[in-house]
Amino acid sequence: MQPAAPSIPYPGLHEARHEEAGFWRTYVFSTDHKVIGIQYGITALCFLFFGLCLMLVMRWQIAHPGEAVPVIGPLLAALFGDMAAKGTVSPDLYNSFGAMHGTIMVFMAIVPLAFAAFGNYVVPLQIGAADMAFPRVNMASYQAYVIGGVIMFTSFFIPGGPAQTGWTMYPPVSLTIPTDGTTFWIIGMVFLITSSLLGAVNFITTIIQLRAPGMTWMRLPFFVWAQFVTAFLLLLAFPPLEAAAVMQLMDRVAHTSFFLPTGLAVGGTLAHVSGGGSPLLWQHLFWFLAHPEVYVLILPALGIVAEIIANNTRKPLYGYKSLVYSVLTIGFLSFIVWAHHMYLTGMGVKIATFFQTTTMIISIPSVIVLTCLFISLWGGSIRFNTPMLFVMAFLPMFGIGGLTGLPLGLSYSDIHLHDTYYVIAHFHYIVAPGTIFALFAGVYYWFPKITGRMMNEFWGRVHFWLSLLFMNLVFQPMFAQGMAGMLRRMADGGANYSQARVEGAIGGLSSGIMSLHTYILWAAVGLALAQIPFIINLFWSIKKGKPAGSDNPWESTTLEWQTPTPPPHGNFAKPPEVHRGPYEYSVPGHTRDFTPQNEPE
Amino acid sequence: MDIPFVVQPRQDTGLYNAKVGIWIFLASEVMLFGALFSSYILLRVGAPDDYWPRGWLNVPIGTVNTIVLITSSITTVMAWASCKLNQFGRFKVFHACTMVLALTFVCIKSYEYHDKFTHYEITLKDGRIADGHIVANNPKGDSVVISGRYVQDRKDLYDLEVRKAPHHHEEITIPRSQIADMESYGPWHNTYLAIYFTLTGLHALHVIGGAIVIGFLWGPGSKMWETDPERFTNRIEISGLFWHFVDLVWIFLFPVLYLI
Repeated sequence: MQPAAPSIPYPGLHEARHEEAGFWRTYVFSTDHKVIGIQYGITALCFLFFGLCLMLVMRWQIAHPGEAVPVIGPLLAALFGDMAAKGTVSPDLYNSFGAMHGTIMVFMAIVPLAFAAFGNYVVPLQIGAADMAFPRVNMASYQAYVIGGVIMFTSFFIPGGPAQTGWTMYPPVSLTIPTDGTTFWIIGMVFLITSSLLGAVNFITTIIQLRAPGMTWMRLPFFVWAQFVTAFLLLLAFPPLEAAAVMQLMDRVAHTSFFLPTGLAVGGTLAHVSGGGSPLLWQHLFWFLAHPEVYVLILPALGIVAEIIANNTRKPLYGYKSLVYSVLTIGFLSFIVWAHHMYLTGMGVKIATFFQTTTMIISIPSVIVLTCLFISLWGGSIRFNTPMLFVMAFLPMFGIGGLTGLPLGLSYSDIHLHDTYYVIAHFHYIVAPGTIFALFAGVYYWFPKITGRMMNEFWGRVHFWLSLLFMNLVFQPMFAQGMAGMLRRMADGGANYSQARVEGAIGGLSSGIMSLHTYILWAAVGLALAQIPFIINLFWSIKKGKPAGSDNPWESTTLEWQTPTPPPHGNFAKPPEVHRGPYEYSVPGHTRDFTPQNEPE
Repeated sequence: MDIPFVVQPRQDTGLYNAKVGIWIFLASEVMLFGALFSSYILLRVGAPDDYWPRGWLNVPIGTVNTIVLITSSITTVMAWASCKLNQFGRFKVFHACTMVLALTFVCIKSYEYHDKFTHYEITLKDGRIADGHIVANNPKGDSVVISGRYVQDRKDLYDLEVRKAPHHHEEITIPRSQIADMESYGPWHNTYLAIYFTLTGLHALHVIGGAIVIGFLWGPGSKMWETDPERFTNRIEISGLFWHFVDLVWIFLFPVLYLI
């Protein structure tokens, strides 16, 4: 038997490192998939934190409408002038922050982190490739992402502020609202879409072409499958949004009327537009992207979860093939469920019925995936380290998020719940304690491969337990608020709309429901504070963390652990050959409880 | 570090990397144009009766442009075949033709655009509508001169195909004081022109982008023929596949916008 994880560098490694030249080539304009992955990761984590900060300001405004924001109030006043007079949050500013929170979190934080960062770093290693198929396209993808991010960020500093009409940018209001933020949003979006497109082409080509000898399709780690399907979703779902963005840009700069109907009145006067357009057209094109986008958010997370479960239960994944076929089915079906976001648009009952049916069908493969992951825990001798804790929390949290989505997918119950806080709670359960927990797990899990050091276990646990607690305190009350009828996107948290303060009003929200705002605010602050141990742990461990001790500290079977740490330019000193499936843990008759994929028979 | 299958095909897929990449990329392009074509359908279906323009574009000019683009596709294939046959000189000739044809296409398209931007619909204060190409429009002068006609009903401007009655074009002078509204046939004029300019504009950008790539491979990029002819031939094939796609988009655009 061969030594599984040689910690001595391969011969030739030293020469490989010598190829690298200069600071700029190595860290800024790098074509190495690992560096690009890290670039993506750091940028996306910054955006993630920024999105969190926007949310904190909004939560303050909801809990204390019209009161000056503590601490950063003067900063807001200086930046936004009238929109934040005396440090208070005006409805316009609230709308801007809401729109940018959504946009930043979805397009600039989660997708780049889940798909581009982890995918770039891990996929080529896991399939035994030297790099991505098109390294320079990879670099261009990151640069387009940065340019898009800068354009989005710049829109905070223009007169009128950034886009105000939600991350969905629904016309006609997005077109008639007096800020150029929408134009910035659209142009930024075109760059972000270009970035995803280049990334998707690269991922698909890499996985098809650069699998190591012996790495057949059914020997691919599940993470690679998840990224493969994700890449297809990005490839095929984003272009329609790009088309829609181009049309909305035409509406703004060339005064066309793609999304402006005949007889549109703005502020009581007839708008000078040719008319004939359809606001519903935008919604169709937007959700044709944005529903597959939901699966773009969740599939890489499921991939990370599967890797960590197999590794920490020390047994193969249950139903590997079912998992693979399920994600393929999800990928396909996700293209024909989009209009379940549009039941209340008046598009017609028959169409609603069709989309309600497909929505119920897509829940089947989703449940299969979650069930396989749950059953994988059965009978395992589970190692409860930080990544595994996050993954263990992911499963029920994602379950809550998924199951609460069913009433939204049925057109009749959606009538009551549409556009309420219930929707916010539902999709945040999928993305925040769902996807983001999986991403945290991934950071803790692959950190030793990237740096050669472990992250601190104690502070990891502190980060985990506090995050889990506060995540639930933030989002659980929103289910109650939403079912009571509280609408989303209200700049005062519904204080006026709810009529709670009007004597004898019918249908108002109770003061109990309204007072939840305060608890949510403090839970959100707690959630933000709970990230401090993570941030410190992340940077401190790069230099000071406990040395990993070997190239394969988790005793994993997949190929990314069978390289030197950190992997050199070109990854493998000699091209690996794959002899077995991805999860050969605890194989009877073997001396060790894991058998790496490249170990000969 | 060497990435495998840059030039030689991988055995089980039978393809080299760039060929997989371009096909995947073209799939996304199909979705891009597909979304715009779908929008065209929805806008047209949603338009009120009699208000979807017909016969606004010049079919003979469109036909010529279609032939130009198809011919350029043929020369692209011939250029690639010449590389395969190891005839570099012929490659140069064929791809020179491709670029000339691409330029011709863009010129003809610009002429069509120009024709629309100088075509005005002028609503007079007495309710009549004057429609025609601008002859003189001095911003400081007190009148506008167009070569066109008067109609009473705006509807008469829409279907130029069914109402085949030859309409007489004459020079009309309109005092500025009588003009209630004046608008050229730009994308802002109606949703038909909006989708026409968006679709053909995006297509024209693809033509220009493709021509730049082919121009690069024809000029400075062709040095690779000396060092790595096989890889160079692959590049010609990849750029050719993109060019055929651009051609194919036009094959759909032409009937959709000009004929039906």
